[in-house]
Amino acid sequence: MKYPVTEHNDYSVLQLSGEIDLNESPNARKQILSVIKNNKKLLVDLSAVEYIDSSGVASLVEGFQSARAKQLEFALLGVSSSAMQVLQLARLDSVFTIYDSLDDVNS
Amino acid sequence: MIRLERLHLLSRADRLQPLRQFVRELAVQQGCCDENLDCMVMAINEACMNVMQHAYHGKDDGEIVIEFWKDDTELLIRIYDFADQVNLDTIKSRDLEDVRPGGLGVHIIHQVMDKVEYKNNTDSVGNVLEMRKQLNKPVKCDLPEK
Repeated sequence: MKYPVTEHNDYSVLQLSGEIDLNESPNARKQILSVIKNNKKLLVDLSAVEYIDSSGVASLVEGFQSARAKQLEFALLGVSSSAMQVLQLARLDSVFTIYDSLDDVNS
Repeated sequence: MIRLERLHLLSRADRLQPLRQFVRELAVQQGCCDENLDCMVMAINEACMNVMQHAYHGKDDGEIVIEFWKDDTELLIRIYDFADQVNLDTIKSRDLEDVRPGGLGVHIIHQVMDKVEYKNNTDSVGNVLEMRKQLNKPVKCDLPEK
């Protein structure tokens, strides 16, 4: 599945959706790293993510670390309640920058 | 305890989504509360994923057997694999302060289930994971609120 990427100011916004599990996380990972490879600041929109497991979370962590190594901003946007549960269990909700909406990004 | 179901699946990542759906429906049928239902779906998914990645090392023709047992108050889930036996001492949660990809599955399973026990199969091949969850646990559940 190809996830849509839109531009918002100087950010790329990658809209993940559906169930990001072991079957889908390699694809999500590839698209996250692809945006970072292009030296773009990245917002990963999780508002339409219905389920994410630890492999999906690992893709986010890898993106976060890859962006940090290039001194690029990496943040999560509109995290769905089910995704937030997993981030909290992994105690990553305080590691990632998380915005509720695009309006909050540059405010 | 009575056995509710015994499932066989191959160690393929595309089998996880139907498995989650099955677990959700079974747990609802057994009167599981919403919160514990999410816990069980999450734990069984993580456990099977660990088997696929760490017991079968990504091989997609390994066999996984999942048994669901129930008594008046709790569900017992047993997950069997038939891979090489693992050193049980190596199965542990990692330090969450060390932010890195991977290694979260065991932590999540312990957080959301009431009791978790890893065993080697008695017949020298494979491993068993036993997980227990109250159907309607009246006390604290470690799953954060949605």
